[in-house]
Amino acid sequence: MEKELRLMKGNEAVAEAAIRAGVDGYFGYPITPQTEIIEYLMEANPAETTGMVVLQAESEIAAINMVYGGAACGKKVMTSSSSPGISLKQEGITYIAGAELPCLIVNVVRGGPGLGTIQPAQSDYFQATKGGGHGDYHLIVLAPASVQEMADFVDLSFELAFKYRNPVMMLSDGAIGQMMEKVYLSPQKERSKTIPEWATTGKPSTRERNIITSLDLDPNRQELFNRKLLAKYDEIREKEVRFEEFQCEDAEYILVAYGTSARVCQKSVQLAREQGIKAGLLRPITLFPFPTKRINELAGKVKGMLSVEMSAGQMVEDVLLSVNGKVPVYHFGRMGGIVTTPEEVVESLKSKLIGD
Amino acid sequence: MVEFSGIKEIIKPENLVYKKTRIMTENILSYCPGCGHGTAHRILAEIIDEEGLQSEAIGVSPVGCSVFMYNYLDIDWQEAAHGRAPAVATAIKRLLPDKFVFTYQGDGDLAAIGTAETIHSCNRGENILIIFINNGIYGMTGGQMAPTTLPGMKSSTSPYGRDVKTMGYPLKITDIVATLPGSYYVTRQSVHTAANVKKTKKAIRKAVHYQKLNKGTCLIEIVSNCPSGWKMTPVQSNKWMEENMFPYYPLGDLKTPQE
Amino acid sequence: MTEEIIIAGFGGQGVLSMGKIMAYSGVMQDMEVSWMPSYGPEMRGGTANVIVIISSERISSPIIKHFDTAIILNQQSLDKFESSIKPGGVLIYDGNGITRHPERKDINVYRVDAAEEASRMNSPKTFNTIVLGGFLKVKPIIKLENVIKGLKKSLPERYHNLIPMNEKALIRGEEIIKEVQKAL
Repeated sequence: MEKELRLMKGNEAVAEAAIRAGVDGYFGYPITPQTEIIEYLMEANPAETTGMVVLQAESEIAAINMVYGGAACGKKVMTSSSSPGISLKQEGITYIAGAELPCLIVNVVRGGPGLGTIQPAQSDYFQATKGGGHGDYHLIVLAPASVQEMADFVDLSFELAFKYRNPVMMLSDGAIGQMMEKVYLSPQKERSKTIPEWATTGKPSTRERNIITSLDLDPNRQELFNRKLLAKYDEIREKEVRFEEFQCEDAEYILVAYGTSARVCQKSVQLAREQGIKAGLLRPITLFPFPTKRINELAGKVKGMLSVEMSAGQMVEDVLLSVNGKVPVYHFGRMGGIVTTPEEVVESLKSKLIGD
Repeated sequence: MVEFSGIKEIIKPENLVYKKTRIMTENILSYCPGCGHGTAHRILAEIIDEEGLQSEAIGVSPVGCSVFMYNYLDIDWQEAAHGRAPAVATAIKRLLPDKFVFTYQGDGDLAAIGTAETIHSCNRGENILIIFINNGIYGMTGGQMAPTTLPGMKSSTSPYGRDVKTMGYPLKITDIVATLPGSYYVTRQSVHTAANVKKTKKAIRKAVHYQKLNKGTCLIEIVSNCPSGWKMTPVQSNKWMEENMFPYYPLGDLKTPQE
Repeated sequence: MTEEIIIAGFGGQGVLSMGKIMAYSGVMQDMEVSWMPSYGPEMRGGTANVIVIISSERISSPIIKHFDTAIILNQQSLDKFESSIKPGGVLIYDGNGITRHPERKDINVYRVDAAEEASRMNSPKTFNTIVLGGFLKVKPIIKLENVIKGLKKSLPERYHNLIPMNEKALIRGEEIIKEVQKAL
C-alpha cells in the first residue's frame, strides 16, 4: 500500500505513527513541548478504530508504571514526556529495564537543569544513554533528526524493544517535536494478536505461572541476571548500531552530531567546504549503541573531530572514548534552549581544530 | 522422637478437616508467626480457586512485606514499584478487560508513597480490586512509622510515640476512597478470628462479582497485626489490635452498592 | 531555490496559520518545507512568530537567525526582527499600529495595509490571507493554484466554504501591496 503524505509536527507524527503501528496503549501526562502527542491521540480517539487505549495519568510516575503494567501483559505500550517528566519516570524505567520489558519512551528534550526552559536542548544525553535510573542497565536510544524519523522510529522502536525485551527511548527535542515537515505515513497495521510466552495474561493450565519482577534478593542469582543483561547489551552493540555519514569520504575534519544539531551541521559542512575546509558529518542514529567502531575508523583518517550538541558537552565523552586519543576531539554547543547556527559551528571548528 | 501410635489410621479422606488450597504453592511463607498476611493470602487463594479464576487472575504485588506474594499464589503476577500497583493494575485491566486484576498493598505503600495512584485509580473507577493490609507500621523495613500508625504508637522512627503535632495524624485513606464517585464497594474487615475471616472472604467474593460486572473500583481494607513490628506475641498483638486499632479503624462497610 | 521566511505578530493575528498555509502550499508544489513556531507561554496573548522554509533541497536547520523575508505584523516584531533580514532581503509589514517605521536602507521594504483592507472587505478573518497575497506578489515562489490547494489542506473541512473569500483576499493582497523602498 502507498504511503500517505502529510504535513505534520514531529509530535503529531509520533502519535499518528503509533496508531498506524498498531500500538496497544499510550499513557501520558502533559508537559511542554510534547503535549501535542497526547492531544492528538485523544482527538484521534483510536479506541474506536484500532482499539488502542489512550489514558491521561495523574503523573509521569503513574504513566510509566502503567507502561510497566501494559508491557508486562506483552502489549505494545508507550509513553512520552519532556525532560523534567522523564526524570520523574526514571524509577519506572529502571524497573522496566530490570524486568526486561519492551516499551517505547519518547523524550522531547527541553533545556535544564530543573524546570529550565521549554526550548529545545540535547542535555539529556547522559540520562538517556547511560541508564538514567539506578542500577546497571541501558535503554536502546534512537535519535530522530526529522519529522519523518519521528514517525518511522515508532515502528523501529517496537521492533527492537520486542526483539531484545528492552525499553527503547526516542530522544528527540523541542525543535523536531514542534516543527512541521512533510511526512510519509505507513499504512495502518493490525494490532498484534501474538502473546509473548513470558507475558502475564492469566495462567492457563498448560503453563507455569508467569512472574514479571525485577527483584532477586540472592546476590549470586542477581549477579547472574546482571551478566545476562550485559550479554544482551553487547549483542545490541554488535548488531544494532545505526548512523548516517555526510561527505565523510574525503573529510579532514568530522563533525559528530545527532538530531537537530545534525541538521545544523549538515549546513555547516557545506559552509566549511565553501571556505575550502574539508568537513564531514557523522550522525549517530542510535546513541546507544553508539557508533564507536566507525568513529574510531574515521579517526584514523582525519585531523580532528568536533562533537556538536545543544548541551554543555555530553556525547563528546563517547566521541573521546571512540577516538581513543588518535586525534584531537572538541565540543561545541549552545545551551539554555538556544539552537546552534551553522556559522557558529564553522567558527568553532576553525578556532578549536584548524587554527588561524 | 516421639512415636504416635495409630497415626496412619487417622489419615483418611473422611477425617480431613483442613487442607492447603490448590492455588497456594508449596513455597514456605516468609511472614512472621501470627501475622495476618498468611490468612489473607489463603482466603484470596480460596476465592480464586472456588470462582475458577486461576486462568483469569493477574495479581500486582508492590514493595512491602507481601512483595514476594508471587511466590505463594499460583497465578500470573507482576511485582510493582513501591506505591505504584494501582497504576500498574490500571493498564493491565484496560488492556485485558476480561481478566480479574487485583493489587495487594500495605499501608505505607497504599497510603503514603502511593497516595496519588490510589486516589486517582479509584477516582477513575478503574475496574480493579485493591486489597489493603493496614497494620499501622512498615513491616518489611523493620517497624517504621506508617501513615496509619496510631497517635502515641511507638515505632523505630517514632521512638517516643507518634506525636501528631509534628508527625501528622493517622490517615483514614479508605474513608477518603469511599467518598470518590469512582469507587463502588469499600469495606474494612479483619482476619484475626474465624468469624472475621468468613466476612472478609465474603467481601472478596463480592468484589470479584462486581469486577465481572464492570462496576468500578473495589477496595477492601484488612486491619491486621504485626507482632514483630509491634514487638508483641501474636496473641497480644490481636488483643492490642482489637483495643487500639479497631476504635480508630472501625470494621464494616464504608460504601455499599445501591442495588 | 530556498526561501527562508519569518512571520511575526500578535497571537491571534493568524501568524501561525499563515505559515501553515505557506508550508502546505509548498508541499503542493512538491517542495521541501519546514514550519517552526515559537511555542510555549510567550504565545498566549503575547507575540507569536513562525519560521517557514521552502526549498527545492533537503532543509538543514529549521531554526535560523537570518531571513530572506520578514513578514511583520506589529511594532514589537519589527523592533525584534528588522535586523535579522539578510542584506538585499525583503521586509513586508502592515502599517497598522506601527509608530517607528523600518529604518534599514539595505533591504527592500513593502507595505501591505491588510488590517485596514480586511475591515473594508468586512471580513477581518482574511487579514492574514491578504498579507500572504502581498508576499506572493513580491516573491512568486508558489503558484496561486497550489496556495488554494494548501488552503484546502490546512483548513478543516467545515471551513472550506471560506475558501472563495480567501481566494479573493489573496488577490486583493497582491493588488494593494506597495513598494516603500528599494535596497541600496
